[in-house]
Amino acid sequence: MSQPFIKMKKFFFSLLFVAFVVGCSDDSSEDNSSTDNFDRQAMLVNWADNLIIPSYTSFQGEVEVLKNASETFTENPTQEHLEALRAVYQEAYLAFQHVSMYEIGPAETVNYRGFINTYPTDAEGIENTIASDSYNLELPSNRNIQGFPALDYLLYGLAESDAELLAVYSTNPNADAYKNYLTNVSQRILDLTGAVLTEWNNNYRDTFVNNTSSSNTGSVDRFTNDFIIYYEKYLRSGKVGIPAGAFSGTVQPTKVESYYHPSFSKELLKEALLATQNFFNGQSAGNSTNGASFKTYLDYLDSMKDGEQLSSLINDRFENSFQKINELDASLLQQIETDNNKMLETFDALQSNVILLKIDMLQALSISVDYVDSDGD
Amino acid sequence: MRKRIETYLQKNTSAAPLAVFRIFFGLMMLISIIRFWSKGWIEKLYIQPNFFFSYYGFEWVQPIGNYTYLIFAICAISALLIALGYKYRLSIILFFLSFTYIELMDKTTYLNHYYFISILSFLMIFLPAANYFSMDAKRQPEKAFQYIPNWTIDSIKLLIGIVYFYAGLAKANSDWLFRAMPLKIWLPANYDLPFLGDLLQQEYIHYFFSWFGFIYDLSIPFLMFYRPTRKLGFFLIVVFHLATRILFPIGMFPYIMIVSALIFFNYKFHEKILTFITNLFSIDASVFNTGKTLKFAVFSKKVRLAVLSLFFAVQILFPWRYFLYPGELFWTEEGFRFSWRVMLMEKAGYVQFKVKDTQTGKWFYVDNSDFLTSFQEKQMSFQPDFILQYAHYLADHFKSQGHRNLAIYVESYVALNGRRSQPYINPDVNLLEYEDSFQHKTFILPFTDEIKGL
Repeated sequence: MSQPFIKMKKFFFSLLFVAFVVGCSDDSSEDNSSTDNFDRQAMLVNWADNLIIPSYTSFQGEVEVLKNASETFTENPTQEHLEALRAVYQEAYLAFQHVSMYEIGPAETVNYRGFINTYPTDAEGIENTIASDSYNLELPSNRNIQGFPALDYLLYGLAESDAELLAVYSTNPNADAYKNYLTNVSQRILDLTGAVLTEWNNNYRDTFVNNTSSSNTGSVDRFTNDFIIYYEKYLRSGKVGIPAGAFSGTVQPTKVESYYHPSFSKELLKEALLATQNFFNGQSAGNSTNGASFKTYLDYLDSMKDGEQLSSLINDRFENSFQKINELDASLLQQIETDNNKMLETFDALQSNVILLKIDMLQALSISVDYVDSDGD
Repeated sequence: MRKRIETYLQKNTSAAPLAVFRIFFGLMMLISIIRFWSKGWIEKLYIQPNFFFSYYGFEWVQPIGNYTYLIFAICAISALLIALGYKYRLSIILFFLSFTYIELMDKTTYLNHYYFISILSFLMIFLPAANYFSMDAKRQPEKAFQYIPNWTIDSIKLLIGIVYFYAGLAKANSDWLFRAMPLKIWLPANYDLPFLGDLLQQEYIHYFFSWFGFIYDLSIPFLMFYRPTRKLGFFLIVVFHLATRILFPIGMFPYIMIVSALIFFNYKFHEKILTFITNLFSIDASVFNTGKTLKFAVFSKKVRLAVLSLFFAVQILFPWRYFLYPGELFWTEEGFRFSWRVMLMEKAGYVQFKVKDTQTGKWFYVDNSDFLTSFQEKQMSFQPDFILQYAHYLADHFKSQGHRNLAIYVESYVALNGRRSQPYINPDVNLLEYEDSFQHKTFILPFTDEIKGL
């Protein structure tokens, strides 16, 4: 059936139904009906205009800096330029943690997260690709030889010492190929980001905020599912659970994010958790005021019930997770090798919020967790 | 009393209502199956998954790969033949068997509506639905009867009456009536409906819908049996089911119930429908109007009445079986299915399975999406029999991978009707020490709140 037809049908039935309900209910109390109805579009607007688009914009800025720094470095591979490049790489990687969860619309179409942050990266694959000097980074099969994990390898993992690493980019007979690859990987992140941001700035923003439908194709439903998938699979499992061996029984050091520069791994985890918490609270970057968000939506729905506020419980668990993370070594690689229990405790702390987000929040928002459209009773 | 029953069983009436019911039933089923097929649900629900949740005792009922389509095809063709009244007895038996087989393949998809169709088609095996206005009656004039025993039509009315009445009784609980749950969760989510969207945010509307639904379900059988209120009853049925159609993803069921309710109207109304069909397709209906009355042979009648008595005794008693279990029915779901408990719960859960080697103490969590579809995972997460069956499946899987000394523990949380999530399964229990049965499952943790009522 076509959309307009469904709409017409819904409209018609609604008319019939309103006639019925109004006919049967007493009249007096309807005047304030629209004022206390939570405005989902306002939430979508806040998400798009104050969180998603600014995060992409600022990330794009960081990636431009990154790309310039990598050009400066390849033109003149000195220790100084290497350190400058590493610094902006870290800034960009941190900024990426603020957009990684937005895998919807244009990002979903281009498989944004998959191309930019698939780890562990394939070091051998990278070496072979550089040696062959012919590659197409747009191929889905090449996801694990690009993005930040590839830069991690190229900037930290190529050699034991900085001097040897600089040699790869300067005196090595194949130095040009390494330089090209480094530039191409940075450029690829910039291209992907540009494509996604342009789409958000042109059409997708309106599509997103206007799709206020309550069905499982509506923006609130779809994005909420994406948000929870991100938190559960990419943050909880990817950054903590999988390296800690929660799903395999033995620790998996190679699966730590930022494996070649492990002392950066905890910072990435913290940044990602902060980004999800800010999103939950509707708090935009550099802005202390919170807009319409999951938090305000839940508070609105909670106001109809007694008892504690779900949003405070969720924020408590965010804080609890931060506490657990703070106890970890800056290098999660170090942490799993010395005292993996602390890592597993962090996993449990993160997990406790999966329960509130996935069960309590989804139930409160009446959002279905599965994507199979099937009939109900 | 006995005499009254005997007189009642002798009464005859026009065969038109049952013929109309048969035609509409067949057509609706045909449409339902085509709809199911065209949405790709056969593939999604019965071909793609690696594992299926079986009903206790029906583990042998499994999808048969691509041949599963054949079962649906048989079901669709028999539905069409039922509508046409062609080899009715065979068709309705085939329909009952194929439809029931489909429903038994995976209890993930359990819906009260599907159960209704199963038992209704079982009932129809014993009813003379194709002796009038059917291809059978046309082909074999000796089997054409214009009048049939009254009780054959009344048995369908009784079944429909039981469904509504029990659905009403099930709503007699404190969550539904005094907390307006789960409607308070579901209705506001329809915020995008024109006009209604804002209204559905109002608490008094949630209570109104709850109480209306409760009184509606309980009174529909009486409104429909009693002639002066029948039109009002039917009007309410239409409004109610169309409303559920708008507000909830409920598929074909509202239409099936609306059309089924037509059986309560008297034969004149049904004869008009048949006249309309006659004119539409230029059918020669004279062969059907034989003036003859169907009289079952003594033995045949005895068998039919015995089966129907037993059938209805089961229907009336079965929904009460939950009294045999301790604990809150909505929480344990022991005795929840097959009882017309429709739309009573908003329940969701999260289960993390921990596979442990009892010798070494080593453990790991299972990623449920490796084994289950998201739909299966969702259904599994709050139903203890699913959780237990899945635990055994996981054990078999990891055994075949060479793991030994297995124990399976779960950490699980369930939220019911807007309450905060709370622990569901005892996390200290190795589920492999339990086999599925009709016994109470002692590994379910107690519900910390109370729901009063039936």
